Amino acid sequence: MRRVILWAPLAAFVLFVILVTAYLRAPSDTAIRSHLVGRPLPDFALQAAVPSHPGLGSADLRAGAPRLLNVFASWCGPCVVEAPQLMALRRRGIPIDAIAIRDRSEDVAAFLARYGDPFQRIGTDPNTQVQIALGSSGVPETFVIDGRGVIRYQHIGPIAEGDIPTLVAAWEAAR
Amino acid sequence: MIAEAGLAALWLAAALSLLQLALGVMALMQGGEGLGRAIRPVAVAQAALASFAFLTLVLLFLRTDLSVALVAANSHSMKPFIYKFAGAWGNHEGSMLLWVTVLAVAGAAVAWLERRLPDRTLIGTLAAQAAIGLGFYAFLLFSSNPFERLSPVPVEGNGLNPLLQDPGLAFHPPTLYFGYVGISIAFSFAVGALVTRDVGPLFARAMRPWVLGAWIFLTLGITAGSYWAYYELGWGGWWFWDPVENASLMPWLAATALLHSVTVLATRGALRAWTVMLAVVAFSMSMVGTFLVRSGILTSVHAFAVDPERGAFILVLLALYIGGALALFGLRIHTVKEGSTFEPVSREGALVANNLFLCVVLGLVLIGTLYPLVTEALGEKISIGPPYFNLVTGPIALVLVIAMAAGPLLRWRSDRAGALLRRLALPVLLTALVLLACVLLAPRIRILPLLGLVLATGVGAASLAPLWGRNLRRTPLHIWGMAIAHFGIAVSLAGMASESAFTQERLIALRPGQSTAVGPFSIRFDQVAPVAGPNWTAVEAQLTVRRAEGRAFTMRPQARMFSSPAQPTSEADIATIWNGQLYTVLGENDPQGRWQLRLWWKPFVTLIWLGGGLVALGGLLALAGRMWRERRARRAAQLEPAEAWA
Repeated sequence: MRRVILWAPLAAFVLFVILVTAYLRAPSDTAIRSHLVGRPLPDFALQAAVPSHPGLGSADLRAGAPRLLNVFASWCGPCVVEAPQLMALRRRGIPIDAIAIRDRSEDVAAFLARYGDPFQRIGTDPNTQVQIALGSSGVPETFVIDGRGVIRYQHIGPIAEGDIPTLVAAWEAAR
Repeated sequence: MIAEAGLAALWLAAALSLLQLALGVMALMQGGEGLGRAIRPVAVAQAALASFAFLTLVLLFLRTDLSVALVAANSHSMKPFIYKFAGAWGNHEGSMLLWVTVLAVAGAAVAWLERRLPDRTLIGTLAAQAAIGLGFYAFLLFSSNPFERLSPVPVEGNGLNPLLQDPGLAFHPPTLYFGYVGISIAFSFAVGALVTRDVGPLFARAMRPWVLGAWIFLTLGITAGSYWAYYELGWGGWWFWDPVENASLMPWLAATALLHSVTVLATRGALRAWTVMLAVVAFSMSMVGTFLVRSGILTSVHAFAVDPERGAFILVLLALYIGGALALFGLRIHTVKEGSTFEPVSREGALVANNLFLCVVLGLVLIGTLYPLVTEALGEKISIGPPYFNLVTGPIALVLVIAMAAGPLLRWRSDRAGALLRRLALPVLLTALVLLACVLLAPRIRILPLLGLVLATGVGAASLAPLWGRNLRRTPLHIWGMAIAHFGIAVSLAGMASESAFTQERLIALRPGQSTAVGPFSIRFDQVAPVAGPNWTAVEAQLTVRRAEGRAFTMRPQARMFSSPAQPTSEADIATIWNGQLYTVLGENDPQGRWQLRLWWKPFVTLIWLGGGLVALGGLLALAGRMWRERRARRAAQLEPAEAWA
């Protein structure tokens, strides 16, 4: 028994190496096709995350024009990384709404003040219920929603500069 | 020419590390004993060459030699002197060069100074240190050459990330590196001891000062890094559970555990396998941390140049070193003799408890840090953030400080629980009083901060208890060190709890002339004015702050725009008062002429870093005390034969 325990640290480390190797070999598989793509949005109505922006309901996403929906949080490091890319998308005239996950109003406001504010509506999802209903299990994620409230594209993880053309194309295609 | 000289020195240093490794291996084999004597000078020469290469890079940065690609990418002729200097290690290649230089210098220090370790163990240790160095030299030379030339030579450099343009950068990374590369010595000691199977009190006494030294630097580095993030990021938080922060915390947790287990080994000869394991784990955590951050596998606010090829390179090194050490451990450790046994209620028992709790916290932080990787392997990329870390580590850290309070009051080998309770009577009483006061005066305080405040008082008192009843002038310095370090933990805990429980914050949009209030302060927003620095311009708010009827003072938070590279940052203005800090940040303005202000009143937040400083001071006293005692003992030992003659 003791002999087995002595090898346990090595076993754990080997597991770590395998995990990381797998990651290094296939680093950017962020374009996984979610099973929710092509389905209509679930119904929800979220309170405003900050006083400066209105809240977000599923009805707002069925208003006729395609939009991006960004799921983020002020406490999330990768969300900081993708902030400039969201601003760039906004500058291209793409409307973006957001859902703030497990967040506080002050923190969201500070995040927007610091990293830029590309959003029109921001709903707050304190218990991650809507996030789960959207089939999103983490932050950040970005959805392309067409004018009838159907999810057309799901981007998992932070938006890198190279992802912008894909997102723009998905948004164009949803028109 | 300067760059070429640096590169040549780096190649030579790499060659010497290969020689050092070869000498070590041959000396440990049969018939090669004579070669061992050459290993010490080789280690020192290798460190001299690495240091030379590093100084060359610093010189290139000071001269802003834009024909060197690294300088062009990270510096700028207009940059203030201190940031040209610090810019040498504010990037991937430069910081890796610093890393390997510290590694070589640490090895040279052992070669030069270490006299207690048995010869064969020392040779094994230096060979292991050379093996680590060799891999990282190869990494620098083949995939991160800091001296690469650029052609054509650009007219101007890119500049340094503005967040890094802060005096803190000049000291924070080197301090941290001395800590977490310095702990490589413990790793090499462990490998050396596994090779010779010589793990005993003598080995532990030899290893202890090196662990203590690295641990002091780690403590200082983490404390300074936390304060730097606090004032430079403008977020008002002092710990973000960012992967880079975790990368420095994990080796510290392991080194803290090691520091305590090595004491058990030195004093009582117990915990042999465990101590060796911790020595391996501590440096492995530094390497894993470096790897995770440098490979770009985990996204961090401290983003370095991300390159999968580099990631693969470091991963191979990790697999060789950590895998090799762990395999050696599995093969050899059962042949190491087990030491003496002890009762659960004893000094050893408390130290084992401390070790277990530290390792659990370490494990939880590691899991939290790697969690995004695991979920991504399953197809999702997520970030779990502070909600997880605070929840899982907080309660265990509180139990840990209780063990810390009890440990020094217990006798070695075996003690009675009743006796411990008697010794703890006063701290327990104090704890109860503070609990009562908190419940009466601040009934709405949350449970974790409440426990933190209450325990901090009791633990603070208990950590000074080992000094009671002693003649303070004759108390050994290392006992003082222990008491002060433990007291520092209590001080820091009090600061964290107070910050978490009593911080008041206000986010408000004001026009010039309007007033607001936060905590005990009334704040008038007088005006905004443009200001300019050497390589930035800013809008600066002028706030007149008054506490109750006290004297008014002015605070000036800025929203800065750096010119090279163009990037906005906010420069918080922080007023430190005896019982806390007022933290002010200027945000954006809106079309109605209002400016966003974010204000925090953080009572006793400064205790967090003051406590960190005390912990490091305690370590320093312990180190000085131990070294002084040993020197005296050696003198006495040298005198004896002479006396026998007389």
